[in-house]
Amino acid sequence: MAQQIDRTGTPAAERAPAAAAPSAAAPGPGRRFAALRRRMPRSTFGRHALITLAALVAVVLVLELTSPFRNSQFATMSYYAIAAAGLTVLTGLNGQISLGHGALMAVGAYTTGLLLTGDGGLPLPVVMLVAAAVTALVGAVVGAAAARLHGPYLAGATLALAVAVPGLAIYFDTALGGEQGLPVASPHVPSWFADAVYFLSANETPTAKYLAYVGWGTLLLVLLLLANLMAARTGRVWRAVRDDEVAAELAGIRLGRVRVLAFVVSAACAGLAGAVLGIVVRLAAPSGFTIVLSLGLLTAVVVGGLGSLVGALLGSALLVFLPPAVTNIGIGAGLDGTQAAQLAPFVYGVVLVLVMLLAPSGAVGVTKKLWNRSRKNRRGPSTRRTG
Amino acid sequence: MLGAAPKVWAPPGIGVTAARAPGDAHVSALTSSNGPTSPNGPPAQPDLSTAVFAASGIGVRFGGLVALDDVSLAVGTGQVHGVIGPNGAGKTTLFNVCCGFVRPDAGTVLRHGKPVRNLRPHRLAGMGIARTLQGVGLFAGLTVAENVMVGADRHRRAGFAATLFALARSDRDERALRGRAMAALSELGADGYADRLPDSLPYPVQKRVALARALAAEPDLLLLDEPASGLSNDEMTELGELIRTLTDRMSVVLVEHHMDLVMSVCDRITVLDFGKVVADGTPDEVRDDPAVIDAYLGEEATHS
Repeated sequence: MAQQIDRTGTPAAERAPAAAAPSAAAPGPGRRFAALRRRMPRSTFGRHALITLAALVAVVLVLELTSPFRNSQFATMSYYAIAAAGLTVLTGLNGQISLGHGALMAVGAYTTGLLLTGDGGLPLPVVMLVAAAVTALVGAVVGAAAARLHGPYLAGATLALAVAVPGLAIYFDTALGGEQGLPVASPHVPSWFADAVYFLSANETPTAKYLAYVGWGTLLLVLLLLANLMAARTGRVWRAVRDDEVAAELAGIRLGRVRVLAFVVSAACAGLAGAVLGIVVRLAAPSGFTIVLSLGLLTAVVVGGLGSLVGALLGSALLVFLPPAVTNIGIGAGLDGTQAAQLAPFVYGVVLVLVMLLAPSGAVGVTKKLWNRSRKNRRGPSTRRTG
Repeated sequence: MLGAAPKVWAPPGIGVTAARAPGDAHVSALTSSNGPTSPNGPPAQPDLSTAVFAASGIGVRFGGLVALDDVSLAVGTGQVHGVIGPNGAGKTTLFNVCCGFVRPDAGTVLRHGKPVRNLRPHRLAGMGIARTLQGVGLFAGLTVAENVMVGADRHRRAGFAATLFALARSDRDERALRGRAMAALSELGADGYADRLPDSLPYPVQKRVALARALAAEPDLLLLDEPASGLSNDEMTELGELIRTLTDRMSVVLVEHHMDLVMSVCDRITVLDFGKVVADGTPDEVRDDPAVIDAYLGEEATHS
């Protein structure tokens, strides 16, 4: 029991399985799990930084060992995952739905396009920070309105955002490029970065790989910061407001502020995602930020498991890797190109329907349930022995 | 939840009395004049300027319906103050006025003798007031310990930036909040459930967790809205003893239907009927007050 109480700052995703089965004295994998946990750093930052570092090593390995085509797919996945991580915090933890995250990504992408001028302009990290800040500002305005709305009304309001923002780009066509979109300058690969990669793997660093590194570096940073928030007071208060407004208010929590803060954090993530999208796609165009993008993010978050960062990663991986995989299978099965391409959205739709029917808590939710069940089964006989 | 009608007052009558075990305190506490008395002896009515918490001349109308009319209430330091009355008498409305959920059309709420302007629910915790809700109102997605930590939230020190970067300050703050939460839980004997989700616990344990969440704020005034609903007789006795032990730290205001609990625990009782105060005094005074018997206690006497 004592170890359980000690685990002050464990992210919700890790805590939940143990929470449902409170005896830490479980034999087998449970005990090994607890031993592993004890060896982790005590501080939240140390623990999260260690996990991030391990993830970084994995990212380097994967990006160095895969083809340029896969690299660009990973770059695509990174911006989806950044936005999905922000959305899962807003919807899963704070209970606010947003159909407007595609529009918020557009704000980030257009900001990046306007500020990133190729040579001699602002450095890329500064541009991305500004993009996040501008989007966070937009998020604060939207969030202030959203804090007063619930359920379908909130969905409607954010839907309006998703429809209106691309329209703005068309209206101000001299500044924002209209229907054609705003070209985003491609950042140069810094020589120190190329040298470092060459030192590690003896590989060259083409721009596509560099962009994948930028995307995944940003993603890991975002995940680290979001995990910090979720593990501590901010995440707890978000969840409290989601679960019971009245009780939260009586505990001295200002509902409006908490909701706006969640929206701002989520919007900042969407802004970063938009910035990465801009430099990866090299274009910020209204057709890239339609309602389909917003809905895609929402489905990714739900399929992965609402409120879980791992779920957001899984969901966006599915979003990026499933359609081409299905197309390949289709071609392998003897379909022609058009038919195979039509197969992808069909399979994606079937997957969505199946998830909603069979596993409404998403991939992470199902895994948790299975893990709990297996722990309970293993513990059953042993308690009988000792008791 | 707050707007909903309060739990149905068990209609005083044969059916209810017969359904209970013979010798149940529900009836005997009402009829016997030498029931349990408060250990402090009969406390004097605290006046509005010295009271920890007071409401003065509160009036609330919902459209044409007068929910409260010139209701006053004064809670002394370390006192347990009961608010009773038949269903629809305005007890919950009075509570909601005290918490800022309902704005009164007339009257003021006073804290330590000073009028509180612009009372909002989220300001209560900062004023040292904690309240439990009818039912339990726990956060279903948070563990028991986290639930109580939210209750202790007013003692937080770390801000958003400290949390975002997981600074040592944030970790220290989390440990301190968890310490407060665990202390409150173990005081109520619920610390063994710290890592469980509330829905997996029996109802009486959930009630205890809800009480621990209120206590974790370390208030000097505790508002309890039907704390005994859904509890067995033994659990109710335990609750009564617990409430008495709280009085060296805080004052308690209690809205409750269970007469035996109210009569044994309270130092003073305010009786409401149709939005008006019909009696105010010690349990003994209130028990014998003809206006109170008229309001609803008499009904039971005539039926039984």
